[in-house]
Amino acid sequence: MVEKIKKEWFSNIKGDILSGIVVALALIPEAIAFSIIAGVDPMVGLYASFTMAVIIAFAGGRPGMISAATGAMALVMVPLVKDYGLEYLFAATILTGIIQILFGVFKIARLMKFIPRAVMIGFVNALAILIFMAQVPHFIGISNMTYVFVAITLLIVYVVPRFFKAIPAPLIAIIVLTAVTVFSGVELKTVGDLGIITQTLPSFLIPNVPFSFETLAIIFPYSISLAIVGLLESLLTASIVDDMTSTESNKNQEARGQGIANIVTGFFGGMAGCAMIGQSVINVKSGGRGRLSTLIAGGFLMFLIIVLGDLVVQVPMPVLVGIMIMVCIGTFDWSSFSYIRKAPKSDALVMVVTVAIVVATHDLSKGVIAGVILSAIFFVAKISSIKISKNQEATQITFNVEGQLFFASVDSFVDAFDYKVENQNIYIDFSTAHVWDDSAVGAIDKVVMKFRENHNRVTIKNLNAASKKLVDKLAVFHDPEGKLSTH
Amino acid sequence: MYKKIMLAMDGSEHSLRAANEAIKMAALDSESKLEMVYVADFAKAKSEVLHAQGREDLEHARRSRLQPVEDLMKANKLIYDVKILHGEPGPALVEYANKEKFDLVVIGSRGLNALQEMVLGSVSHKVVKRTNCPVLVVK
Repeated sequence: MVEKIKKEWFSNIKGDILSGIVVALALIPEAIAFSIIAGVDPMVGLYASFTMAVIIAFAGGRPGMISAATGAMALVMVPLVKDYGLEYLFAATILTGIIQILFGVFKIARLMKFIPRAVMIGFVNALAILIFMAQVPHFIGISNMTYVFVAITLLIVYVVPRFFKAIPAPLIAIIVLTAVTVFSGVELKTVGDLGIITQTLPSFLIPNVPFSFETLAIIFPYSISLAIVGLLESLLTASIVDDMTSTESNKNQEARGQGIANIVTGFFGGMAGCAMIGQSVINVKSGGRGRLSTLIAGGFLMFLIIVLGDLVVQVPMPVLVGIMIMVCIGTFDWSSFSYIRKAPKSDALVMVVTVAIVVATHDLSKGVIAGVILSAIFFVAKISSIKISKNQEATQITFNVEGQLFFASVDSFVDAFDYKVENQNIYIDFSTAHVWDDSAVGAIDKVVMKFRENHNRVTIKNLNAASKKLVDKLAVFHDPEGKLSTH
Repeated sequence: MYKKIMLAMDGSEHSLRAANEAIKMAALDSESKLEMVYVADFAKAKSEVLHAQGREDLEHARRSRLQPVEDLMKANKLIYDVKILHGEPGPALVEYANKEKFDLVVIGSRGLNALQEMVLGSVSHKVVKRTNCPVLVVK
C-alpha cells in the first residue's frame, strides 16, 4: 500500500511538477472556451477544472491523466443551461457523479471495451465537428478584425511550438494578443462581454433547485448522457495514457473517481467534466507520469485564476475561437478518411451514422447508442449466415451444416433443406456448426419432423459438447412420437 | 566487429533497406547482437489506440510491422531482440542508444515525406547529431 502510494505519487517528482504547471497553463484557454460553449460564466469551467483535477489526482484510476471541464460534456449540457439555468446544471453534475459511481461499482465501465472502434472513431469526429460548429457564431460575419485575429492565433499555435516549447503556445497566443488588443484599442468581443470572472476560491454550495420529482425528471436525461459521454472519453483517454506510458490502469476505479470528482465539482459550483485527451497527451509529453502531476495542474490553475483573473475578462473571443479550432483539428481523427475506404463497409457506415446522428441531435450519447445498436445488428447479420451442403450416397444422404444456429439464422436453416426425399437414411452433420439457443433447437426439431413425415430416418451427429447439452435438454425429436411444440 | 548493433525501424522503405545493411553487419561476427528498436510515436498514440480493438490488437499491429525484418533476422540465424519504445521518435532513439551503450546504430535516412520532414525535422539527423556511437545512415 505504502509502496503503491510512493510509486503513484512520488516516483517522478520533478517531471510531475513541471508537467503539471505546463498543463495548468494549457488548461486556462480551454476551460474558458468550454464554459462559453456550455453557455455559462467562465468561472464555472475554471472551478470545474480545478476541482476535477484535484479530486481525480486522489480518486482516479489512471495516474498522470488530466481531467477538467471538457468540450464533450459542455456540448451535452447546452440545452439544460439554456432552458433551466445554472443551478440545474450543478444538480445534474452531482447526479452525473452518482451515476458514474454506480457504473464503477457495477463494473459497467468494463463493458465499455465492447464499444466497437467504429463508434469510438465516430465519437471523436462528431466531437470535433460539434466544437467547431459551436465556434461559428463567434467568428463568422462579426468583423474583418475577428478573422485576422483567428488567423494570427492559428499561426501562433502551430508555428511557435516548432521553436519554443516551454510555455504552451495557446497561452502565448492569449497573452500576446490580449496585450495587443488592450494597447491598440482594436474593437473585438471579449470574454468579459459574455460573463464575469470572480477571483475567489470556489465555495461549497447546495444547488438551489426544488428537491422534487420534477427536478429529477429534468436533470436525469442530461445526467445519464453526461455520465456516458464522460466515461467514454475518460476510458479512451486512459487507454491512450496506458499506451504512451506502457502501464496498466484500473478502469473501474477511474469510473468511480470520475463520479466522486463530478459530485464534488457540482457542490463547488462547477460544470461536469471528464478526462481530456489533448491535455493528458500534453502532460505525458511534458514528462508527467504520477498523480502529483494532476494535483499540481489543478492547484497551479487555481493560483493562476486568482492572479490572472483580471486578464481573463479582456481575452478577445477570436483568440479563444482560434484555440478551439486547434482543439478540433487535434481531436478529429484524420485517418478516418482512409478508414472509410479500407474498413469493411458496415464499419464505415457505423462510423458515419454515429457522426451524423450526433451532428443532427447535438447529443454525443445518442450517436454512441445508435452506433452500438447498428453494429450489433450488422454483427448478427454477419454471423447469422448458415451454409448447408448436401452429400448424396447410395444408401444415405448427409447434410453438412456450417455456421452459427441461433434465433437470427433459424429461418434460413429450415429453408435450406430439400424435403422432397422419401424413405431414406438422413444424417445431419453439425461438426462445423454451433447450436446457441432454444429457437435453434426448435428449428432442428422442425427439420427432423419434416423429414420424418416422408418416412425418412433422421440422425443428428457430431454436435459439439455445448450444443449437445442444449439439444439433449430441449429437443423433442428423440421421442419417435414427439410432436412439434408450438413455439 | 560491432558487438551490439541497434537497428531503428519504423516500417518504411528506407528502414527496410537499413535493416538489410544492419543484418549484413551483424552477420560478420557470430557474437554480434542485433536489436531492432521501434518507437510508438506519442503523436500517433491517439489515432493508434482509437483504431485498435484493445491492447493486444495494438501490440499485434505494431509487431506485424516489424515481422518482415524479424523473419529476415531469423533466416540469417542472428542473435536478435525486438524493443518497442514509447515517445517522440528522435529523442527516444537517442536516449535508448546512449543508455544501452550500443556500438553502432543503423537507421534509414528518412521515413516521412519531404513536407513532414520540413516541419518535424529528420529523425535520422537528430540521431546522428546526438548519439555517442557511430551511426550508419542508409539511403
